[in-house]
Amino acid sequence: MSPQIAPLSLFFASIFTSNILLANFLGMCSFISISKDYTSSNGLGLAVTVVLTITGVVNWAVLHYILYPLGLYYLRFIVFIIVIAAVVQILEMVIDRLSPALYMTLGIFLPLITVNCAILGAVLFIEIRNYTLGQSAIFSLGSGLGWWLAIASLAAIRKKVDKAPVPAGLKGPGITLITIGFMAMAFIGFSGMLQVQ
Amino acid sequence: MLIPVFLASSAVGAITAILALLISVTDKVVNNYGEVTIDINQGKRQLKVKGGAPLLFSLAEVGIYVPSACGGRGSCGACKVKVTSDVGPHLPTELPYMNKEETQENVRLSCQIKLKKDITIQIPESLFNIKRYTGTVEKIRNVTHDIKEVYIRLDEPKEIDFLAGQYVQLMVPPYDKIKEPTERAYSMSSRPSDRNHVELLVRLVPGGIVTTYVHTRMKEGEKVTVTGPFGEFHVRETGATMLCVAGGSGMAPFKSILYDMVEKGKTDREVWYFFGARTKKDLFYLEELQQLETQWPSFHFIAALSEPQPEDDWKGETGLITQVLEKYLTTQIDRSKPMEGYLCGSPGMLDACIAVMKKFQVPPDKIYFDKFA
Ligand SMILES: Cc1cc2nc3c(=O)[nH]c(=O)nc-3n(C[C@H](O)[C@H](O)[C@H](O)COP(=O)(O)OP(=O)(O)OC[C@H]3O[C@@H](n4cnc5c(N)ncnc54)[C@H](O)[C@@H]3O)c2cc1C
Ligand code: FES
Repeated sequence: MSPQIAPLSLFFASIFTSNILLANFLGMCSFISISKDYTSSNGLGLAVTVVLTITGVVNWAVLHYILYPLGLYYLRFIVFIIVIAAVVQILEMVIDRLSPALYMTLGIFLPLITVNCAILGAVLFIEIRNYTLGQSAIFSLGSGLGWWLAIASLAAIRKKVDKAPVPAGLKGPGITLITIGFMAMAFIGFSGMLQVQ
Repeated sequence: MLIPVFLASSAVGAITAILALLISVTDKVVNNYGEVTIDINQGKRQLKVKGGAPLLFSLAEVGIYVPSACGGRGSCGACKVKVTSDVGPHLPTELPYMNKEETQENVRLSCQIKLKKDITIQIPESLFNIKRYTGTVEKIRNVTHDIKEVYIRLDEPKEIDFLAGQYVQLMVPPYDKIKEPTERAYSMSSRPSDRNHVELLVRLVPGGIVTTYVHTRMKEGEKVTVTGPFGEFHVRETGATMLCVAGGSGMAPFKSILYDMVEKGKTDREVWYFFGARTKKDLFYLEELQQLETQWPSFHFIAALSEPQPEDDWKGETGLITQVLEKYLTTQIDRSKPMEGYLCGSPGMLDACIAVMKKFQVPPDKIYFDKFA
C-alpha cells in the first residue's frame, strides 16, 4: 500500500522537515568539502538535484517493472547503483559540453555523485515507503532541492564564518560541523509540522 | 535452480547493456561538434576544421603552428592566442599563465580551449612563417656525459630563416609505452647562416620522453620532424653591454648568438658570458669559447663550477653562478654603461640570476630569457 500523503505536503516535507542532509544526514562528504565555495555549491546542488530526480524515477520503474515481476528484488542494490552510475556518466558529458567552467570546478565531485549516499538513500526510501511513481518523482525532486538548499545555505554561512575570529583549532571542518549541527536543529525543529513516512 | 540464476544474470546484463547504449548515444550526440570555422585576424584567413579538438591542434592540422613548448600539456604557457569571440571564462588550468591585461583581453592557452563552435582569433603575422620541416639526422655527438649535440639537415623545406637564439620543436615518434608522437622545444645552437641545418643540444632528463628517445634511440640517418622558428629570445640591436647567463643545455642559443655576432662583425659590443656547471665533466665547448675570446677582445667567458672535484684540478671560478655574477658585477663590469640580460637554463637558476641583475639596476624589461621547463 502506498502512503496517503498530499503531493504538496510530500514536496515540502522532503525539502524542509525531512531534509535528506539535515534530518537524515545523507551525502555529508561532498556537503562539507564543496561548501567552501558558493558557486561550486550551487553547481553541485543542481547536479545532485538532476541526478536524484532522474534516478528516483528510473529506479522506481526498474523496481516495479523488472525486479518485482521477475522476483529479482534481492538484486536491487546492484541495479540501483548501476542506474545511478550511468545517469552520472551521461550528466558528466552533458555538463562538459554545456559549461566547461562548471565541469572544471566540480572536478572529482561530479563522478563522486555516483557514490553520494543521498542519492542511493533517497531511492531506498522510495522503495521501503512504497511510493507511487508520482510520489517518487515528487519526493526525489524535493530531496534534491533540499540538498541544494542545505549546501547553498551552508556555503553562504561559511562565507561569513571565514571572516569570523574562530579559534585556530576549530578552523575549517571543525567549525563547519558545528554550523551544520545548528542548521540541523533549525530544520528538525519543524519536523512536527509535516511528517513523511 | 538454473533458471533463476540465468534470469538474474540476464536481467542485470540487459539493464547494463541498455544503459551502456544510452551512454554511447549521448557521447556521439554531445561530443559531435560538426565543422567549425576559425577566423584569423579579422578575415585574413578563414579555416574550416572538425570541431572537438583543442584549438592548438586544429591550427597545426591546417599548417599554422602556435608555439607549444610543452606539446599541449598546459605547462609552458607558450601557446597564447587572443580570442575575440566568446569561448567561455578562463579555465583554472589557464589562469596561472595569465596576467591581468591578458585576462581582460581574453588571451587564452590554445591547447586548453576545445573548439566547440565558430571562433575568431588574433595571432601575430609571424606565425604564418613558421613551417614544419622534415630533416635527416646527420650527426650525433656526446659533448658531455648527459648532453648530445644533434645536427639535422633540412630536407623539405630545405632552408630555414631564423634569429640566433630562437628555438624549434623537435618531434619524436611513439616508442615503448609512449603512444603518441611527442614534441618538445630545443633552442638552435647552429648559426642562422647555415640555412639548411639546425643543430640542437639535448640534455638528458631522466625519465623524460623526448630526451630519453634522443639519447637512447636516435640514430644518424634517421628522419625527424622539426617545427619553427619560435621565440622572442634573440639579441636586441642596442649596443648595450650583454650579460649572458646559461647552464647545461642553455649553452645552445648562446653558441648560435655568439658565432652569429662574429660572422656579422658585431664584435665591438661588450659581452660577458657566465656559464654555470657542477663539476668539470659538465663543461663543454671550453676551447672554442676561449678561442673566441682571443679574436674578440670585448668578449669575456667565465665558467664557474659549484662543486669542483679534487681530480678536476679547477683553477677558474667556483661557487654558485649567482655569486660569480654578483662578484663580476661588483668588481669587473662597467656598470655606468647600459646593460641587458640574456639568460637560458633551468627556471630556478634563471630566477635567482634575474634577481641579481635587478639588484644591479639592469632594467627588468631589458632582461630576456627562455626557461627550459
Ligand atoms: C623555449 C625552450 C627552449 C628549450 N631549449 C632546450 C634546449 O636547447 N636543450 C634542452 O635540452 N632542453 C631545452 N628545453 C627543455 C625541453 O623542451 C624539454 O622540456 C626537456 O628536454 C624535457 O623533455 P622530455 O620530453 O625529455 O621530458 P618530459 O617527459 O617532458 O618530462 C619528464 C619530467 O621531467 C621534468 N622536466 C622537464 N624538463 C626538465 C628539465 N630541463 N630539467 C629537469 N626536469 C625537467 C618534467 O616536469 C617532467 O616531470 C627548452 C624548453 C623551452 C621551453
Ligand atoms: S602548449 Fe604549453 S601551455 Fe599550451
